Amino acid sequence: MTSTIENLAKKLKIRDWAEKDIEASELGWYPGHEQPEDPLRWGQRFPDGAKETLQNTQMRRNLGYATDKIRTKRNTRVDEMPDWEALREAGSNIKRNTVARWPELLEQFEANVTARGGIVHWARDAKEANEIAYSIIKQKQVDEVVKVKSMATQEINLNEYLSERGVQAWETDLAEMIVQLADDMPSHIVVPAIHRNRAEVKAIFEARMGDAPENMGNEPRELAMAARAHLRKKFLSAKVAISGANMGIAESGTLAIFESEGNGRMCLTLPETLITIMGIEKLVPSYEDIEVFSQLLPRSATGERMNPYTSFWTGVTPGDGPQEFHLILMDNGRTDVLADPVGRETLKCIRCGACMNICPVYRHVGGHAYNSVYPGPIGAILTPQLLGSFDHNDPASTLPFASSLCGACYDACPVKIDIPTILVHLRHRYTEANRGGVPSIWDVGMGATSKIMGKGKAMEVAGKALHPARVIGGPRRRIGHIPLPLAKDWTFVRDVPAPPAQSFREWWNDREGEK
Amino acid sequence: MRIALFATCISDVMFPQAAEATVHLLERLGHEVVFPEDQGCCGQMHTNTGYYPEAMPLIRNHVKTFAPVLDGEWDAIVVPSGSCTGSLRHQAELVARDQGEEQVAAYAAELAKKTYDLPELLVNVLGLEDVGAYFPHRVTYHTTCHSLRIARIGDTPIRLLNHVDGLDFVPLPEADVCCGFGGTFSLKNPETSAAMLSDKMANIVSTGAEIVVAGDYSCLMNIGGGLSRTRSGVRSMHLAEVLAGTKEEPWTAPATTTKVG
Ligand code: SF4
Repeated sequence: MTSTIENLAKKLKIRDWAEKDIEASELGWYPGHEQPEDPLRWGQRFPDGAKETLQNTQMRRNLGYATDKIRTKRNTRVDEMPDWEALREAGSNIKRNTVARWPELLEQFEANVTARGGIVHWARDAKEANEIAYSIIKQKQVDEVVKVKSMATQEINLNEYLSERGVQAWETDLAEMIVQLADDMPSHIVVPAIHRNRAEVKAIFEARMGDAPENMGNEPRELAMAARAHLRKKFLSAKVAISGANMGIAESGTLAIFESEGNGRMCLTLPETLITIMGIEKLVPSYEDIEVFSQLLPRSATGERMNPYTSFWTGVTPGDGPQEFHLILMDNGRTDVLADPVGRETLKCIRCGACMNICPVYRHVGGHAYNSVYPGPIGAILTPQLLGSFDHNDPASTLPFASSLCGACYDACPVKIDIPTILVHLRHRYTEANRGGVPSIWDVGMGATSKIMGKGKAMEVAGKALHPARVIGGPRRRIGHIPLPLAKDWTFVRDVPAPPAQSFREWWNDREGEK
Repeated sequence: MRIALFATCISDVMFPQAAEATVHLLERLGHEVVFPEDQGCCGQMHTNTGYYPEAMPLIRNHVKTFAPVLDGEWDAIVVPSGSCTGSLRHQAELVARDQGEEQVAAYAAELAKKTYDLPELLVNVLGLEDVGAYFPHRVTYHTTCHSLRIARIGDTPIRLLNHVDGLDFVPLPEADVCCGFGGTFSLKNPETSAAMLSDKMANIVSTGAEIVVAGDYSCLMNIGGGLSRTRSGVRSMHLAEVLAGTKEEPWTAPATTTKVG
């Protein structure tokens, strides 16, 4: 008997759970998601990821509170814009036209960056982007770099890649630093530590930030001051900085970063060498276009009229700022997205995160459930397309189904990406990619109902056939738990009414007969 | 007006009270209602789950059955469901085009112009806000996602409810947030769907309403099913049922004794 229990305990890895629980209680915060091998595909299906994160009630509280705050701010700032819809339309058109003219505009961009003294590199995928970045750093013979928060470098796991080669990359964005210190993964694309509250942040600083002040409280100001002191040393000593980009302007070769804390500006101006990794979809044709996006982006992302720090830089200026500037232009699946006429609208995304803040699914499950650095509604369409994952064995192929299609994201999106339609389209791609072979329960159900629901006569028969099920409903006329596949998933929290005594069609026919 | 009713598959076989109340109401207002017998389902469920070829027979059948509206045989098509209205307006054409059926797509696009969700038909087409209804209950209203953001019926349901005699209307907090149904979403992601439903129910209960009303029996099946399971004491009802009755002739669903809640 004891041995059976011991075996069972071994099989279920109870020891691991216990250790995790003890670790968590000692830490004062629950460990987040560990570093995955592939940041775009962490390995779990969405429903399984969600099942796990839904248990984390602290996280759900934090998320509910934070998304609510940002959403309210965003709405206020959007409501005061009389021409918001026109701006959205403009943003959408600029982005759509840019992508349509990619080859020409990218070449123009490259030529202008080079003419101003920048060095342009092209990376087909994550591996190439990482290799190029590392080879530049290696030449500089440094073992530390500072970083501006960037989704492009998250996407390729740059920090891990560098650390395996003896280079420590320091995240300087406050939230990104919290995530890095906690050995966690970001949970949002704009507010990476949205899943943490300040008590957790304080505990993380105390445990992991070597120079955290003693008797630090958990007031946001105190935490920010501690982070500031910690980061100042890094800014002053770093010789190389790495950034992403919010925009690259083809006509002038200029790059732009929109940020809130000023850490980005430190990274962009202090070190001698600056490496920028930019996904090619960040391109805009002309300087004028900034007018549109500098109104759309801050309002959508943080609910601010304008973000506190906006930095532009064009090549290098002797005696001022970095004296060496490298730009890595990265594809990593983006041109594949372009190949799909419906899905390509995804490339308009300016990564503002508004769709996450409004999404009721994201609000409950948080970013980690999506098992990719791109969570929320945009992640649900972007991740599978970047990966080309439509096979049912690939966990990322569950993402297009991670939405109730409520449409809130579409209305919030500043560049009018019709996310619901793209989700449906990707579901269709998934279904087609998995036809043939053993039919799934869905194939069977959809095939069978397709035959019945397209004919009035068959619907009449179906309506009649349901009546006997009234018996199951009993005198209360409701059906509780149904222990059948699918039905059990529905009835675990819901009753189903017993079918009616008469379908509408029968009622109508009776009435017509009486006339 | 001569109005063709698209009852929707779910109302036809599971919740006939919605379609029956729609007939009752429109006839009471002096219109003629027709029920084209060959009708089935709009294809929304198949489309949303990614089964475009399986949706096609449904879309083809719908287009064929309702095409007479284009020859002036009827003046309009009414649908007592925001999500089916949305699907007919935005998906039928899109799917048919994707499947290379240009003619069906063209018909679907024309039909869409004549297809209205019930509150939209009443307010925007018939010009009515007061339909003479009497419903002496405390009521809250859930704005279903598809009526709001796909069919874009605006505040027409609230305007109608505001004119119902005896009705005590309480606004629902976060009324425009999804209830977690989403068709097959609730089956593919049951835990997440349940979490969303529980927020919706908490908001409904917080209003103190006796009845939660919506214009779509899919959402109501989800919300009502949860309210019944938790023995909340709150009932769910379709907007048409609230509007159908008058003081002289209160609405009782003739063939249904299946209310959940
Ligand atoms: S999809 Fe739209 S709302 Fe979402 S992050 Fe991209 S631009 Fe922002």
